[in-house]
Amino acid sequence: MGFTAPVLEYSALAPMLVIFAAAVIGVIVEAFTSAKLRPSLQLAIALGAVILSFTQVITLRGTTTTTVAMESVVVDGPVLFLQGTILVLAFLGLLLIADFEQFAAQASAIPGSPEEEVATKTGKVQTEIYPLTLFAVGGMMLFPAASDLITLFVALEVLSLPLYLMAGLSRRRRLLSQEAALKYFLLGAYSSAFFLFGSAFLYGFAGKVSFQGIHNVITSGPGNDVFLLIGLAAISVGLLFKVGAVPFHAWTPDVYQGAPTAVTAFMAAATKVAAFGAALRIYYTAVSGAVWSWRPLLIVIAIITMIVGSLIAISQRDVKRMLAYSSIAHTGFLITGILALNQSGITATLFYLATYGLTTMGAFALVSLVRDASGEVTDLNRWVGLARRSPQLALIFSLFLLSFAGIPLTAGFIGKFSIFSAAYENGAISVVVVGVLASAIAAFFYIRVIVMMFFAEPGSDSVSVIIPSRYTMSVIWVAAIVTLLMGVFPGPLLDLIGSLSTLVR
Amino acid sequence: MNTSTNIVYLIALPLFSSALLMLLGRKADKWGHIFATLISASAFFVGVTEFFAMRSRPEEARAVTQKLFTWISVGDFQVDASLLLDQLSIAFVLLITGVGTLIHIYSIAYMSHDRDRRRFFAYLNFFIAAMLLLVLGDSYLNLYVGWEGVGLASYLLIGFWNQKPEYATAAKKAFVMNRVGDFGLSIAIMIGFATFGSVSFSGIEEKVGGAGETALTAMGLMLLLAAAGKSAQFPLQAWLGDAMAGPTPVSALIHAATMVTAGVYLITRSNFIFDNAPTAQLAVVMIGIITLLFGAVIGTAKDDIKKALAASTMSQIGYMILATGFGPAGYAFAIMHLLTHGFFKAGMFLGAGSVMHGMNDEVNMRKYGGLAKFMPITSITFGLGYLAIIGVPPFAGFYSKDKIIETAFNAGGVQGVIFGGAALLGAVITAFYMTRVMLLTFAGNKRWASDAHPHESPFLMWAPMAVLAIGSVASGYLLYSGKAIVKWLAPVVDKDHHEHVEFLPPIVVTTLAIVAVLIGVSIALLKYRGEQSDSAPSDVSIWTRFARRDLLQDDANEFLFMRPGQEVTKALVVTDERVIDGAVRGVAASAVGSARGLRKLQTGYVRNYALLILIGAALILAAIWVVTI
Repeated sequence: MGFTAPVLEYSALAPMLVIFAAAVIGVIVEAFTSAKLRPSLQLAIALGAVILSFTQVITLRGTTTTTVAMESVVVDGPVLFLQGTILVLAFLGLLLIADFEQFAAQASAIPGSPEEEVATKTGKVQTEIYPLTLFAVGGMMLFPAASDLITLFVALEVLSLPLYLMAGLSRRRRLLSQEAALKYFLLGAYSSAFFLFGSAFLYGFAGKVSFQGIHNVITSGPGNDVFLLIGLAAISVGLLFKVGAVPFHAWTPDVYQGAPTAVTAFMAAATKVAAFGAALRIYYTAVSGAVWSWRPLLIVIAIITMIVGSLIAISQRDVKRMLAYSSIAHTGFLITGILALNQSGITATLFYLATYGLTTMGAFALVSLVRDASGEVTDLNRWVGLARRSPQLALIFSLFLLSFAGIPLTAGFIGKFSIFSAAYENGAISVVVVGVLASAIAAFFYIRVIVMMFFAEPGSDSVSVIIPSRYTMSVIWVAAIVTLLMGVFPGPLLDLIGSLSTLVR
Repeated sequence: MNTSTNIVYLIALPLFSSALLMLLGRKADKWGHIFATLISASAFFVGVTEFFAMRSRPEEARAVTQKLFTWISVGDFQVDASLLLDQLSIAFVLLITGVGTLIHIYSIAYMSHDRDRRRFFAYLNFFIAAMLLLVLGDSYLNLYVGWEGVGLASYLLIGFWNQKPEYATAAKKAFVMNRVGDFGLSIAIMIGFATFGSVSFSGIEEKVGGAGETALTAMGLMLLLAAAGKSAQFPLQAWLGDAMAGPTPVSALIHAATMVTAGVYLITRSNFIFDNAPTAQLAVVMIGIITLLFGAVIGTAKDDIKKALAASTMSQIGYMILATGFGPAGYAFAIMHLLTHGFFKAGMFLGAGSVMHGMNDEVNMRKYGGLAKFMPITSITFGLGYLAIIGVPPFAGFYSKDKIIETAFNAGGVQGVIFGGAALLGAVITAFYMTRVMLLTFAGNKRWASDAHPHESPFLMWAPMAVLAIGSVASGYLLYSGKAIVKWLAPVVDKDHHEHVEFLPPIVVTTLAIVAVLIGVSIALLKYRGEQSDSAPSDVSIWTRFARRDLLQDDANEFLFMRPGQEVTKALVVTDERVIDGAVRGVAASAVGSARGLRKLQTGYVRNYALLILIGAALILAAIWVVTI
């Protein structure tokens, strides 16, 4: 049996390779350098890698390369855009993590144990968070670029495993954090199993793992449709779990709430970008020939996701949980973009992902600034009258909320508008109607928070706004400016996306 | 079409200066006014340069565009933020920046005692930028941005002294009434887009032949509504008088020379719509005639010098609107009257400001009298403006108004006689009330308040007045000699070179117009020469009382809109509380209820979540199965 050495197009893979290499270096640094030096060194490595990788993405922007690495990875316009978006989000996320002193000193120590106390007191802080983040980023970049089921699964695991760990690193409320991590891990593993199961069936159907191959078999039609349908259903479960669509959303609020806020910000923003990137590719390329089978399904999922997300968000009393449900509702809007099944659907989804990711990042970053003596205050009742303590932050948070609600002159409006109009073009009118109604419900709880911050008398609670350093503030400002700018001048970005949004099989 | 890269500076310069002055706050107090004036002057300089560059190009290459960026791009629908500088817009650019700069200079002195002078100049610059965007936008949507911008500037400046509640109310009134017109504009844009699939002037013009007349008429009427709001035309005229609450330079710039003429610009710019919608054109003519008489009649009864001038502005814009209603025959004369009016009316407003400056801000003409001796320069510049507005040859207004009256007669038949007659009647009344203003202010006996010490205004104030007075004298001849303006604007407003029929020989019309002026002046001389009382007579006829009450415009608004509006509002409040809020609360309650129910699914136990996922997966599989079968 002959063996052909794989051909790797290093330049096309450079953005990912840089990140993975930096992650490995980070592990070595973690093991061999002194505790004093580590935080700044790790941060520098991570940020440097992200910047280097981003420049690689930029240099690749004009390339028309299609499949690389033995046809397991695709490099095309949307992939590069998604990778760029993930890198920008990773950069901001790293800044938040760097600013966030609330990570457990030693993640492996039992909560409340003497070891942990000692580690905290002596400042022997471990910084494994940085390489973990980089591994996750690498996985996220590979996820939408994968063009066969095996690579897709590997990417899914590479991005998920570090996130499970990161969710458990909170210093305060360690048990809640660890519980979140465990839940995330168990359910994630569970859904991965579905995903793998589906992959196996698709392979059974097509005899191939590559998207191109599956597509060919669907269109030429010799396969066993039962295998295709089971495979499709199971793979959808895996993907819908990652994006947090109802009824696979249950982990989202618990994990968003339990994880350290900086991690939540990164996770909420970047995972969604990666997962929807991959979903776009699968639904638009691999199984686009079987659209009759999965489109009605996604329509239903989109509708219940939007409704459930918006409805439950109303009754939330915790900022992070509210944002989690809002992210579920946004998942519904984004699925609408996949349903559009046309060029403008891709453009709209990519635009939505980029702007939504930034706004989410900013919103969670801002949540991490509102604190009292025992740490972050996420209870909404204690946010009452925040505008008097910090009008600036209250204004920016209002901007984020208005963007989530899709009020004009914010990026959220343009995103929703373009997604809905793309779906409407393709006749998914029921989804659009529900989407608009759900947006109206959603506007209710977003605006309620604004009213609470601005127009209610503050209670006697001493909640204060603490600005640890410039990092978090700069993240918030970047997010705010982009949110506003993309609401007023979306043209250039929409053009950019429009010029590169052809998915390659 | 050729492109240019300089047009944007016209807007960018004042916009930048405005932003700078507002952002720097009090730090810029010392130099803000000078800076703003220099910026305005440099915009004027750019305008003049562009004008000469345009003149040196052959006729077909005169219009230039500049694309700034793609503003909206949704599917096939694309709107660029781009600018169009053609023969029509350059005329406005020169007027706006030229008169604007003079008024900046004037304001340096006029506002020197105001602690918020810097803010005033920031607003003025903002106004200039918005107005330039209005006339330079190459699509209705771009125009709309400028349109709203000048509305905002007008609101801010009318209410500049908002410490006085009635001034703030006046600002609000102007804003609300303008809003009605703005709705007209937005509906017109929507009709245009629905009919032609485009919002740009050139895009619509190309396809105008293929559209039905109904759509064109509807769009024309909506544009007319917009014009009526911004240009204080009947039935949206009531705000202009109250707008005089703003500082006098504002009245001169915004509420006489530039912003209020935006409606004339809009109709002229939309000539391709109106030329194909005769019904809308007729409506334009009617509105023009009604307003020109309405304003003139109000003008006869006002004792407040600024309000008299405001009524006259309303009336003069009525003339311009009237002219635009006659299509290609009238557009050029409308614009010509607009330009000459820009000179003489701005000059007279500045004169009024100068008088007020010398008379402790007294605005009641009954308390003036005999000021010519004490304010020689003001009285001369004001007098030249006066001669121009009533239409004495060879002053500016004579040329422009005479041509409008002539065009009105040329409409032909009974219509022509009615239109022309009304325009002539307007000229009689104009001559009457303007003579009245002159006599009450500058001639006759002194009726001053005891503490008044009238004096000539400083150089910075009278110099702009002098420049404008020169314009009032010469601009008519310059614009009309050799039909300069008609030829200049023809590529924009009269592409097919219509032949214009003459109903009456021009010499007859001119004679009639001069006779009309003489009649008006003589009546005023008879009535207002010699001694006058320092308060308005109260034993007057019902007609005078009507006129003093602005022909019941506010009462009509109150009766027709405000009262029913309040009743509707009350009814709506009740409906809102009982029905809508009830429904909303019901929905909200059920939403919260269902949310609570749904929340119970969120137990926090992984096993329940996993079960949920399993059920979901099973349902998906089942669903796909059902779909396939």
